[in-house]
Amino acid sequence: MFENFPLFPDQVSASAGKVDALYAFLVIVTIVFSVLIFTAVLFFAVRYRRRKQGELAKTVHSSLKLEIVWSVVPLILALIMFGWGADLYFEMWRPPTEALDVFVVGKQWMWNLLHTEEGQKELNTLHVPLGQKIRLTMISEDVIHSFYIPAARVKADVLPGRYTRLWFEPTKAGEYHLFCAEYCGTKHSAMIGKVIVMPPVEYERWLSGGAGSEPLDVAGERLFGQLGCQSCHGAEGNQRGPSLAGVFGSKVQLQDGRVIVSDENYIRESILNPKAKIVAGYEPLMPTYEGQVSEEQLIQLISYLKTLDEKDSN
Amino acid sequence: MNATAHHSESGGHGHHPQPGFLRKYVFSLDHKIIGIQFLLTTLVFFMVGGLLALAVRWQLAWPWQEMPVIGKMLFSDTGNVISPEFYTMLFTMHASVMIFFVVIPMLIGAFANFCIPLMIGAPDMAFPTLNMLSYWFFWPAFLIMGYSFTVEGGAAAAGWTAYPPLSTIETAAPGSLGGQTWWLVALIFVGISSMMGSVNYITTIIKMRAPGMHMFRMPMTVWAMFITALLQAFALPVLTAALAMQLLDRTLQTGFFNPAGLVVNNVTVATGGGQPILWQHLFWFYSHPAVYIMILPAMGIVSDVLSTFARKPLFGYRPMVYSVAGIAGLGFVVWGHHMFQSGMNPALGATFMVSTMMIALPSAIKTFNWLGTLWRGNLIFTSAMLFAVGFISVFAIGGLSGIFMAATPIDIYIHDTYFIVAHIHYVLMGGSAFGIFAGIYYWFPKMFGRTMNESWGKVHFFGTFVAMNCTFFPMHVLGAAGMPRRLADPYHYETFAHLKDLNIFITISALVLGGFQVIFALNFIFSIFGGEKADRNPWRSNTLEWVAPSPPPHGNFETTPIVYRGPYEYASPEVEEDYLPQNVPTPGAAPVPGAAI
Repeated sequence: MFENFPLFPDQVSASAGKVDALYAFLVIVTIVFSVLIFTAVLFFAVRYRRRKQGELAKTVHSSLKLEIVWSVVPLILALIMFGWGADLYFEMWRPPTEALDVFVVGKQWMWNLLHTEEGQKELNTLHVPLGQKIRLTMISEDVIHSFYIPAARVKADVLPGRYTRLWFEPTKAGEYHLFCAEYCGTKHSAMIGKVIVMPPVEYERWLSGGAGSEPLDVAGERLFGQLGCQSCHGAEGNQRGPSLAGVFGSKVQLQDGRVIVSDENYIRESILNPKAKIVAGYEPLMPTYEGQVSEEQLIQLISYLKTLDEKDSN
Repeated sequence: MNATAHHSESGGHGHHPQPGFLRKYVFSLDHKIIGIQFLLTTLVFFMVGGLLALAVRWQLAWPWQEMPVIGKMLFSDTGNVISPEFYTMLFTMHASVMIFFVVIPMLIGAFANFCIPLMIGAPDMAFPTLNMLSYWFFWPAFLIMGYSFTVEGGAAAAGWTAYPPLSTIETAAPGSLGGQTWWLVALIFVGISSMMGSVNYITTIIKMRAPGMHMFRMPMTVWAMFITALLQAFALPVLTAALAMQLLDRTLQTGFFNPAGLVVNNVTVATGGGQPILWQHLFWFYSHPAVYIMILPAMGIVSDVLSTFARKPLFGYRPMVYSVAGIAGLGFVVWGHHMFQSGMNPALGATFMVSTMMIALPSAIKTFNWLGTLWRGNLIFTSAMLFAVGFISVFAIGGLSGIFMAATPIDIYIHDTYFIVAHIHYVLMGGSAFGIFAGIYYWFPKMFGRTMNESWGKVHFFGTFVAMNCTFFPMHVLGAAGMPRRLADPYHYETFAHLKDLNIFITISALVLGGFQVIFALNFIFSIFGGEKADRNPWRSNTLEWVAPSPPPHGNFETTPIVYRGPYEYASPEVEEDYLPQNVPTPGAAPVPGAAI
């Protein structure tokens, strides 16, 4: 009846094996305790059942020694699980410094995947090169979705209004499933996709082969001009807004005294809700661009701003 | 002590005027009648929730196939099969009904009401009118939730967790048209009702204990109800506020939860400026403690039943009390483990991880103390005892599978898969429901003056135990294989095609599980009218409710009982019988009530 029944999907990421090792440890601990408890329940139920009227139980109220044993042993095991789990959790969360960036825009009920190179865009399929770290920056246009690749043991919610991150390093070529894990409405179960892991050479061929459109940063630059951003933020403009050269990843001093690191979320917020965080020394003059730029265009603008540093220094 | 057992039951009515039918059975102020009202109502909803679950299971085993008989009646406009819209509504309403209309009101409506005054030796609750209102405030919720099925788009379909923006934006899901609004209103009524109950229980336990009933002479059931009431009183306002905020977001276009610039179903949403994650924090700040609200009273009931039928003191009474308090306290600082994958800062995530891991400690203390209670006992396997012993085993699985959710890297993998579904059902069906069944078999004689049929009770237990494990254990396997929950059709993915046989097995087990509950329902109904007559103390138990007549009259006790000892003096060397009730003076000692207080 249950032939070909894999209990676990393939391991195709660098961290999958580590997740499964911790999982195996938890399975062993739970089996040991379950067997212990079941055996005790069954043994006591048979051994101490009432056989004839008038028998008396042995009166034992408590035992400090036993209480200490069954408090300390679970405590030690819990701390081991915590230490092991936390270590792996931090490792899986910390984004790699050198990685291939892919942007993800989720909507009911599809995934839009935007590659930074060659202007490649995909729907519901993600091509990635083998052996390279892939960093996904994700946002939703509507409700909450969740980007889930079981084979890579990774999952992260895709929220509206805020970028979330996910990274993985594919270690085996092939086709793997991509799910939306967070219930997102009527056709949630049809929000399916796949991840195709290819050897780097094939990946390069795929990347240049398809009907690529404008690269993200080029589209961003064009949009930057169309929206008139440079009239305030450009070097030749009226300088009413701060210069955006090198702004990405830099520390920004705000009017209220806070210093924040400028990341994707900060830039996105500054375009849609400019009055939320005012840069020190500037007036809150910028109008909102809410409703005028799509999530995809926001990603293009962010990609363009990321390149400004290099272009200016050239 | 049973010399007075058969004295006229009307004797207890002496100091209370006899109310008319309506005041006695409908708008009653008597905590026992209110408790039984809660019990009967929630049992009906248990059936409703169960049928919703079976419909969910039908779709997972035989997707898009016509349901025999019912299919033609319910789904004639969608070709006699469940539509995806209907499926999403099914699992939303199954969870909502089971959690808010069954388990919570059953444990802290029915059992807390019936047991607390009787077990502490009080004539009634501290605020009888408030108590009556707490029951009647449930009815608007029942009616509104029922009505919501008839509005355009049908009942709520955003999951019982109701995450915005899916729940707040009308175009996001059919159930988000009007159904979601009514869902919110209904749950606000439930919240008000539960709050009235909690205030009443806390006050009653603090102020109305019989002479000599020190806090550390209270049975575990009362301790668990007390701590649960505190837990509820502090956690529930947060949910009620969140429900009100979501209601405002939906009706007055406020912007608590909807972020700016959403385009849902090609419609630009006008409101914005909110944080969808805020809802998750507020929701889980209540709904994680809610899991303990649903399990702690069951743990209390099981402790009392175990000690009674092991004819032996509860092992480690004080550690048991402290561990209930420990679970409740930790319950307030673990809600974030529902949100590990929502983009949470790992420093915060690790904090939630360690606090969640620590829950293992009081849970282990409780489990091993229950085993200690069985150890060298003299076990009598009544139906109540079977469910209590069954509780230890199935709760152990539910508790142990919880550490998979505490360990973040594992949780990130299994989050939103069937592993979670397996875990919550082991805790709620194996834990809460087994505790509820133990409690019903145990207190039925006190409620109705008759015992339930023990043979059918045992059939009910063994059938439920086997079918329950066959239904929910394989769900761990589905989850570990990566099958997400809340999918109308998992076989969209060819990778899950091989899971279909297992899903069919689960569905058949669930049908069998439902069938055994029919046996319980018939036993329950027939025993009310035709069960064997019970005396005051059919189980030879120590606690105070067994001092009162069965069923106790309005006002409970003929004379206020005086308490001389803790609740678990079974097999005491001081007496010949194997039990020594709390209200019986120590043999040989001078019966000076004042000295014992």
